Amino acid sequence: MTGEIASTTAFPNPEREPKNYLNAAWTVRSWLLTVDHKRIGLLYLAGISFFFFLGGAAAVLFRLELMTPHADLVEAETYNKLFTLHGIIMIFFFLVPGIPGVLGNFLLPIMIGARDMAFPKLNLMSWYLFMIGGTFTIYVTIAGGVDTGWTFYTPYSSTYSNTYVMATAVGIFITGFSSILTGLNFIVTVHKMRCPGMTWFRLPLFVWANYATALIMVLGTPVLAITILLVALERGLKIGIFDPRLGGDPVLFQHLFWFYSHPAVYIMVLPAMGVISELVAAFSRNRIFGYKLVAFASLAIAVLGFLVWGHHMFVSGQSLYAGMVFSVLSMLIAIPSAIKVFNWTLTLWRGEVTFSTPMLYSIGFLGLFTIGGLTGLFLATLGIDVHVHDTYFVVAHFHYVMVGGTVMAYLGGIHYWWPKMTGRMYPEGWARFSAVLVFVGFNLTFFPQFILGYLGMPRRYHVYDEGFQVLNVMSSAGASILGIAYLFPITYLIWSLKYGPKAPANPWNAVGLEWMTSSPPPTENFTETPVVDFEAYEYHRNPAGAHG
Amino acid sequence: MNTEFQIFPDAASTAAGKVDALYLFMVVLSVILSAFVAGLVLYLAVRYRRANKVNRAHVDHGNTIEYVAMAISFPILMGIFIWGAKVCFFLFRAPEHAMPITVVAKQWMWKFQHADGRREIDTLHIPTGQPVKLTMVSQDVIHSFFVPAFRTKQDVLPGRYTSVWFEATEPGEYRLYCAEYCGTNHSRMVGKVVVQSPDDFARWMSGDAASDEPPAETGRKLFEQFQCGTCHRPANEEGARGPTLENLFQSRVPLAGGQTVAADETYLRESILRPAQKQVAGYQQIMPTYEGQISEEGVMHLIAYIKTLGAPLAAKREEPKTPAPATEPAAVEPTAAPATKDNAANESEGNAP
Repeated sequence: MTGEIASTTAFPNPEREPKNYLNAAWTVRSWLLTVDHKRIGLLYLAGISFFFFLGGAAAVLFRLELMTPHADLVEAETYNKLFTLHGIIMIFFFLVPGIPGVLGNFLLPIMIGARDMAFPKLNLMSWYLFMIGGTFTIYVTIAGGVDTGWTFYTPYSSTYSNTYVMATAVGIFITGFSSILTGLNFIVTVHKMRCPGMTWFRLPLFVWANYATALIMVLGTPVLAITILLVALERGLKIGIFDPRLGGDPVLFQHLFWFYSHPAVYIMVLPAMGVISELVAAFSRNRIFGYKLVAFASLAIAVLGFLVWGHHMFVSGQSLYAGMVFSVLSMLIAIPSAIKVFNWTLTLWRGEVTFSTPMLYSIGFLGLFTIGGLTGLFLATLGIDVHVHDTYFVVAHFHYVMVGGTVMAYLGGIHYWWPKMTGRMYPEGWARFSAVLVFVGFNLTFFPQFILGYLGMPRRYHVYDEGFQVLNVMSSAGASILGIAYLFPITYLIWSLKYGPKAPANPWNAVGLEWMTSSPPPTENFTETPVVDFEAYEYHRNPAGAHG
Repeated sequence: MNTEFQIFPDAASTAAGKVDALYLFMVVLSVILSAFVAGLVLYLAVRYRRANKVNRAHVDHGNTIEYVAMAISFPILMGIFIWGAKVCFFLFRAPEHAMPITVVAKQWMWKFQHADGRREIDTLHIPTGQPVKLTMVSQDVIHSFFVPAFRTKQDVLPGRYTSVWFEATEPGEYRLYCAEYCGTNHSRMVGKVVVQSPDDFARWMSGDAASDEPPAETGRKLFEQFQCGTCHRPANEEGARGPTLENLFQSRVPLAGGQTVAADETYLRESILRPAQKQVAGYQQIMPTYEGQISEEGVMHLIAYIKTLGAPLAAKREEPKTPAPATEPAAVEPTAAPATKDNAANESEGNAP
């Protein structure tokens, strides 16, 4: 603190505070027209946080409605619009763009020792497309909502619904291009922008995971765009594609939709797996157990993910033999996921474990993702899926994967890299408390739904049988806890921007290129191009006693 | 009926035990694996916490552990798959002698019709000990027929027939849900299945509630009303402009393109509503479309009638090998319609001769 005296002057001395990407320029224009991947990451953070709380608010409302078996708080139509809004926002405007948009954009170039993405302007365009798509969704919300469910099953969506289907479809269509461009940028960046010495098998697993994700984004998202276009054609021009009254096939829609939307599950969860690899390694001070297998598991999931869509359609009238093929492939995709869980766990072995907030989220992730994955096996099993399909069992399962997995990892990652992104430390006590609260609230919300599902309570029910009430009240109580638990981080993280202690370059004493530059990093990431002569997670070369 | 707090659903069909056994096996397996992962995470995290003095010497290891884990998990996964597939075959393969009921679903209502013509809305009466097969179609959007106590479910599609079967074991009233989101009142598209002992069911079937005309009879009237017989003549008549409908059901029909198609309910429905879709070999495409002119119920009645056209011969051909091909009880008796009520009662006691 040599500059203590200088800081009393009213005018900040530009010589004192080293230039970084945040203080490089202060104008609104410098943010809205930035091509700096780190600033774009923060733009995503703002957009995504907004949508997360909008989608969460919808969930709080319908969980309140579900406190009683009768219609009391909202009407059926409103209820249907609420769960549709929740699904569309959380999937297309939070889970899919979330980790790649915020953490991927911020970290990918730094982790590979690059100055920026391969296509910085395209990167900014991705954000604008995301926001334009989001604007359509906000317009739909204000104008009166949409009631098709996020799955848009035909012919309900294409012919029967009287809500704002077209505007929603346009929003998702546009946002899809944001996803495609981000994927393209990631792929090219990883291939062409790695610094000297950064070989493929020295890449952090977060990069591997985002690379695999990018492949799915580029290959899968166009199918979603086409599908939405076909729904729009049928709805707008009465061209018969899905509605049998116009000569179409309603099940065709489900094939096309799930051909994107099942791989999209991996778009949502693979980056989360990447985050967990970083977190577990850093807080066990250990190289990820079986690094290569974890990397290849990401690719295996990306490839197999394209071959399992039919497990959403076991009772759709699909042939039993097709069902068998999809069942067996869905069983196989459990193997790479299981390998990852296994390897994260064994990374703790002979490590040096500390329980900072990101590690608490990681441990939570391991437990919840395991339950999410195992219940996925129930659904891949033909004989069980027939009974639990379209019940709360499915709702519980995918929330364990999406919220218990992706959201836990996202929050863990935000905490872990917060010092790097903002140059400030967050308050550890509050953060640990919130992490525990999220875990408790989550389980209370979603575990009872497994029981409800096997009992036979169908999903998307506005009113329900009285026998289901006890479990629904538990779920709603958990949702309130979860809702409050999410308010803590947004509050103390914003608080920390002004009042948090200044972060050193490497607050966790972690390895990896992002910790070898200042916090926050300079606009060009590194003052000189790094040269990598070490493996990923080389903690054994940098043992606990040696740091300082 | 689902008004009291439960944590496990009623079991009232022959499938329930099979599904539950598999489910409970999976639950036990999952609890063991989750406990193993959680226990291992907590044990390692505590043992290797920073404050603890333990051996942390770096060990270079191969991937043996992972390969062993894969080798163990693969056969377990395949075992689960095979078990699941077996249960699923049971769920979706209806026995030959199942009692037929037709279902037309619409926003937001279930319409049932028994083989003797008796109609029900949102309530379905069935006997215990008798397999029941529902042939279902939707008038509008996709619905899904779901009776949790029977552990089975099948989407009900517009434009195509799907079917589901079950054999109830316990008398009682069980909830029927629409499981596929179908619009505003999706959660009110519920009903009940009333399972009765065979005696009670027979009594209910002969009860004084006004009985409707048998579907095949309604179908015959529709057949005459639309003058289908002008072109679709009996097989022994020369010069008919359309293919004969005798013995058509469940035969293989040669098409103009050289393929053949199985004449099931879905094919018959399509050929009535959109005859140009699959043109029968040797005939001109002169039949007009009946799309929008005949209701889904009407089409089901016509199909019931068409089935009777094939019946006498088909019954004679198959008699030596199998008991009655009872997809349509009316079809069993050459003497036709009036006998159906007794017939259904006979079948419910499981003694179709």
